[in-house]
Amino acid sequence: MNKLLKDQSKERWEYSPALESTDHIQLKEKYDLFINGEFCPSESEKYFETINPANEKVIAQVAYASNKDVIRAVSSAKNSYNKYWSKLKPSERGKYIFRIARLIADRAREFAVIETIDGGKPIRESKQVDVPLAAAHFFYYAGWSDKLQFAFHGKTHNPLGVAGQIIPWNFPLLMAAWKIAPALAAGNTVVLKPAETTPLTAMKLAEVIQEADLPPGTVNIIPGDGETGKNLVQNPEINKIAFTGSTEIGKFIQSSLAGSSVKYTLELGGKAANIIFRDAPIDQSVEGIVNSIFFNQGHVCCAGSRLFIQEGIEGEIIDKLKYRMESLILGDPLDKNTDIGAINSKAQLERIDHYVRIGQEEGGKIFQSSCSIPDKGYWFPPTLFTEVSQSHKIVQKEIFGPVLAIQTFRTPKEVINKANNTPYGLSGGIWTDKGSKIFKISKEIQAGVVWANTFNKFDPSSPFGGYKESGIGREGGLQGLLPYVSLD
Amino acid sequence: MANQINIKKTRKLYINGKFPRSESERYIAWISSDNSETINIARASRKDFRDSVRCARGALTNWKNKTAYNRGQIIYRMAEMMESRKEQLIRELILGGAVKNIAKSEVETTIDYLVYYAGWADKYQQIFSCVNPVAQPFFSFTVPEPTGVVSVLCPNQLHLKYTVSVLSSIILSGNTAVLLYSEDNPLPALTLAEIIHTSDVPPGVINILTGKREELLEQFASHMDVNAVIYCGENQEEIKTIQKFSSVNVKRCHILKDRNLENTLNDGPYTILRTVEMKTTWHPVGI
Repeated sequence: MNKLLKDQSKERWEYSPALESTDHIQLKEKYDLFINGEFCPSESEKYFETINPANEKVIAQVAYASNKDVIRAVSSAKNSYNKYWSKLKPSERGKYIFRIARLIADRAREFAVIETIDGGKPIRESKQVDVPLAAAHFFYYAGWSDKLQFAFHGKTHNPLGVAGQIIPWNFPLLMAAWKIAPALAAGNTVVLKPAETTPLTAMKLAEVIQEADLPPGTVNIIPGDGETGKNLVQNPEINKIAFTGSTEIGKFIQSSLAGSSVKYTLELGGKAANIIFRDAPIDQSVEGIVNSIFFNQGHVCCAGSRLFIQEGIEGEIIDKLKYRMESLILGDPLDKNTDIGAINSKAQLERIDHYVRIGQEEGGKIFQSSCSIPDKGYWFPPTLFTEVSQSHKIVQKEIFGPVLAIQTFRTPKEVINKANNTPYGLSGGIWTDKGSKIFKISKEIQAGVVWANTFNKFDPSSPFGGYKESGIGREGGLQGLLPYVSLD
Repeated sequence: MANQINIKKTRKLYINGKFPRSESERYIAWISSDNSETINIARASRKDFRDSVRCARGALTNWKNKTAYNRGQIIYRMAEMMESRKEQLIRELILGGAVKNIAKSEVETTIDYLVYYAGWADKYQQIFSCVNPVAQPFFSFTVPEPTGVVSVLCPNQLHLKYTVSVLSSIILSGNTAVLLYSEDNPLPALTLAEIIHTSDVPPGVINILTGKREELLEQFASHMDVNAVIYCGENQEEIKTIQKFSSVNVKRCHILKDRNLENTLNDGPYTILRTVEMKTTWHPVGI
């Protein structure tokens, strides 16, 4: 019996609610498409509802971009590229991007609250991670605009033209920033399609872009669903596609661009291995595991969803982890104490449920935090599985939820084999006090980002992206400019 | 006594450091451009390709873990070996239709390419690596690593020169490769393999097939254990096929048209970027 857990029931603290106020935010009932610098209704006249996943209430109606709208948006981006953006001095281009960074920072609180309402993520995370990083991304790339000749020694660089960008629902504003900032800095214009369930911060970003007075059509934002995305990918005027989302859709995009000269970058799924060695600092590792899999309800492509513990310490780690899971607060995402917010959508909740059921059917031993689940909204408690092996579905498939699969290992060679035994290669984690081991293991892990004695760290200056089926190309840093230029 | 009878070389494949015939036991009767000679060339099958990929995968860990200095020396050794077989290669290019001067200059340029790329093996990392000035107390750095197993459909024009330049840019960073040599001009394939074989290139790092492009094209792009495919040529249909099938495992796919190949020296180390992956590592800074 886990002594820690037994003691915990006596000493659990109750927290008073600490709700982030929402009275300062401005939300309209209806959002239109942002094309050519103006908000305009969809040609289809269709609107769809975006709801708050924490209470299932409708927040706003959002215009649905039909193919006619895609064509309109792309041609306005092309027009801006030819008429304004490519003619602008690079230093002036940079100033517009700096403006966007500043305006996001000005409205940081508003962005954070809307991000949390629309997507279900804890306000603490949207305030501390999503919004400041989004502003930082624009600030970082703004400065590159007039320094590109130094980024590619010995080569001349040219912008590509119109970039079509499709982003997911897990970090809506941040992903918009990751996409738009380097594209603009390199001299391209943009048509961005936000995810169906989380269009609001992208529409607020459109307001910021309008306020920053960018030339009309430089950035166009058109909400919609998979069909909208497909129309964007297949639009003949597009010069570049940047996609973040599932590997399945990534493959579809890659295949459907065959025969064209469209450049593309793909940032796809993951099933990261987080590896704890016997000589790791135990308490830090436990915090690291919590951060790696429960950050943003596990809706993170680089989440450390496979945990490998070296034999000998698995008992201690798992006991402490369960104890820590019991102390995680699940509830209203707007509460500053909340650790685990709402699952982004009903469909995603069903997907998580589905995999957890399979995990149990296949013989995995489940442990879930005993937190109470609100009546309304979509929720899933922090969950871990032990007694699973490489062949289990929950070890192989990307669940995109707060579900951790734990295995043990004996030797470094064994764990490297297990860690790399996946089609994915986005990220990985290592926990050990031994420096030489960090360099050895981090080199052997086939992944684009490796966190040693930490996890889920991001920065605009730090390249991010996948090996193998986790994608092609990098976002962030100098390397993140390369997908947006052609070199001669 | 009549003159001693000429010993003709059997033109075989090069897989895992060995020179097998095609498992299919097929061959192509290749006729030299002046119709003076008919030479039987091994006609690789899809199974030969799969075998090659398995060997290239097996050779990967050892090759990428060698020091960059060592890989550079091995590629330089290939230049040395090619120098000693210059006449043989010139003769083969002439049989393929090149005039003598052009053939000589192609072989000489090919040797220069080997020397050029040998030098990049321990330098490109410093051009493309970086320490990232992150706004948190962490040390974050980014370095290139080899993508893995790379399949190459070699060019028909200036095939020796461009095959070797593309090949060098792939293996210098630690990738392993499976090549389908030019279908029109397959003679230098075996000579190149012999050069590789005597240059301390470990078995499986470079595998060279000869045969019909149309038979193997799709497999070069669709094989699930190949990480990147490089297609040299201009055929739109073939390019589309390569691009389409490379999506099955999100394969890196590079199309090198004639002008890309001509631009090789101007591209410098950027050719190496096609088959490397950037890895970013983070570690906390603190006491």
